[in-house]
Amino acid sequence: MTAVSTTSVTAIAGLRAVRRRRQVLVVTGMVVVVLAAGTGALLVGAAGLTPGQAILGALGIGDKGDVFIIQLLRLPRIEAAVVVGAAFGLAGALFQSTLRNPLASPDILGISSGASLGAVIGLLALGLSGVALSGLAFAGAGVVALAIWLLAWRKGLHSIRFVLVGVGFAYLCSSLVAWSMARVEENEAAAVLVWTVGSVSDIRGEQLAFVAAGTLALCAAVAVVSRNQGPLALGDDNARALGVHVDAARIGSLLLAVALVALATSAAGPIAFVALVAPAIARRLVNDGGAALAASAATGAALTLVADVVGQHGLLGVAAPVGIVTGLVGAPYLLWLLATNEKRSR
Amino acid sequence: MTNLRAEGVSLGYDGLRVIEGLDLTLPDGKITAVVGPNACGKSTLLRGLARLHPLDGGRVTLDGADITQMPRRELARKVGMLPQSSIAPDGVRVAELVSRGRYPHQGWFGRHSSDDDAVVTTALESTGVAELADRPVAELSGGQRQRVWIAMVLAQQTDIVLLDEPTTFLDVRHQLDLLDLLTELNRDRGTTVAMVLHELNLAARYADHLVVMSAGRIVAEGAPSDVLTREVVDEAFGLQAQVVPDPVAGSPLVVPVGRYHSGA
Repeated sequence: MTAVSTTSVTAIAGLRAVRRRRQVLVVTGMVVVVLAAGTGALLVGAAGLTPGQAILGALGIGDKGDVFIIQLLRLPRIEAAVVVGAAFGLAGALFQSTLRNPLASPDILGISSGASLGAVIGLLALGLSGVALSGLAFAGAGVVALAIWLLAWRKGLHSIRFVLVGVGFAYLCSSLVAWSMARVEENEAAAVLVWTVGSVSDIRGEQLAFVAAGTLALCAAVAVVSRNQGPLALGDDNARALGVHVDAARIGSLLLAVALVALATSAAGPIAFVALVAPAIARRLVNDGGAALAASAATGAALTLVADVVGQHGLLGVAAPVGIVTGLVGAPYLLWLLATNEKRSR
Repeated sequence: MTNLRAEGVSLGYDGLRVIEGLDLTLPDGKITAVVGPNACGKSTLLRGLARLHPLDGGRVTLDGADITQMPRRELARKVGMLPQSSIAPDGVRVAELVSRGRYPHQGWFGRHSSDDDAVVTTALESTGVAELADRPVAELSGGQRQRVWIAMVLAQQTDIVLLDEPTTFLDVRHQLDLLDLLTELNRDRGTTVAMVLHELNLAARYADHLVVMSAGRIVAEGAPSDVLTREVVDEAFGLQAQVVPDPVAGSPLVVPVGRYHSGA
């Protein structure tokens, strides 16, 4: 064990810099996608605006009609897709890396459906909105998470039982949501769409500001706990041997993830598969064996916005809410994941 | 000088007691090997020493202080542990995995410093995997992978390193390679090494201090040449054997008898 040469230390530092650059590159790439799709969404629509009119509208000067279209219709929808998508992407990455299972995402496990059910109960039975509504969504998601924990935890993290119990809860909650909707007398089609498939078309003003601020705060909290993810990914024993309080770290990460899902769902409903697919894409692009948290949030935002633009402008033949488009993209991915999962697990 | 000691520890799983009131002191700066038949509690003991498994009774002390009273990160700066069969996350590369050993030394935001780079480089070089630094761990051979995990524990820079069956799944040449590597660590850095081993003869050759366990208690411990007798082998393993000097190292060599080949 001779003294280490400075050249090899530089080489190791270089490798680390390469990995870091790659993370930044993926996030930047996703931001570019968001900007491109956002620009497209601002310009394209029933009221054809020129880029000049759109810019003036965004700044609040120019024609009153243009300002209304941009500031109250198009811009909020874009912002909502980005915020909600980032929240789902980050939540999915936290779930998957904390539970060390690429299938254990909040949409598959029924956490999103639980949040949706909580929000529906809050909205229809209690007439809540804003913080209180998000609180009830959090309660719904938390109850499902706790129930899965109690029913399946002892069987181990990788157990298929864990996922199956979650899938069971997902169906239960979705059915209860559908049942609640069917009982509503002034049954608005739009509301049904939000709570069953998810939509970002009606989030604006105070609600948007609340969801955005909440997501930002939760992202900051995630940044603080994210350093545990590296050791946690090596397994419980290794993480403990490295000095991590495994149970506390896991519960902390999952609570933050549940809060992100609840916040996003209370506004946009359970948008399918974003939490499952975005982290998988991000991890594949970053490919450093890490949790790719920032990249997952950026990918979730890009994915949701692009899906919403595709759905909104009838590229599927009819105008569809974002959740239908993400479902069409996500379901085949899930099938592929299930088909190849056996080979990937060593 | 760091001293890890089990004082009357009891360990078990779900009410099933595996170890009852066991005392053990790991000799400072020496290599200790723990051997014993399957399910004798040797892995459980090691996990208890590393605080990976809660104690049902007794205590484990480091320099006299109860390790459960110590912050986990502080313990992780003093005692390193390589659990049995660790699995690397998908896509992780050698240098990145090894650098996770720096976790207990890093601050709240886990920023790597140039000191960390130097420690990681030393760990990679002393385990002979420096040229693999940019390779995905999943692509390596079993022997290389085990070296990478040991490099990660080295990057933790602890005075005591515990290893749970580090040679399992390795062929005999790689077993020797690995044990030679641990001997180097012990001699060059003074690291106290304690490991659970299956292979009696390698344990006898490489250990300064041999601990023979059976059914949750220590049957015998001490220098391998004092400890590894036919009586002890019979008591611990229920095995008839001859014990002769190892022609290479002079340590005791256990030659089992079996039922069909006893006619000498």
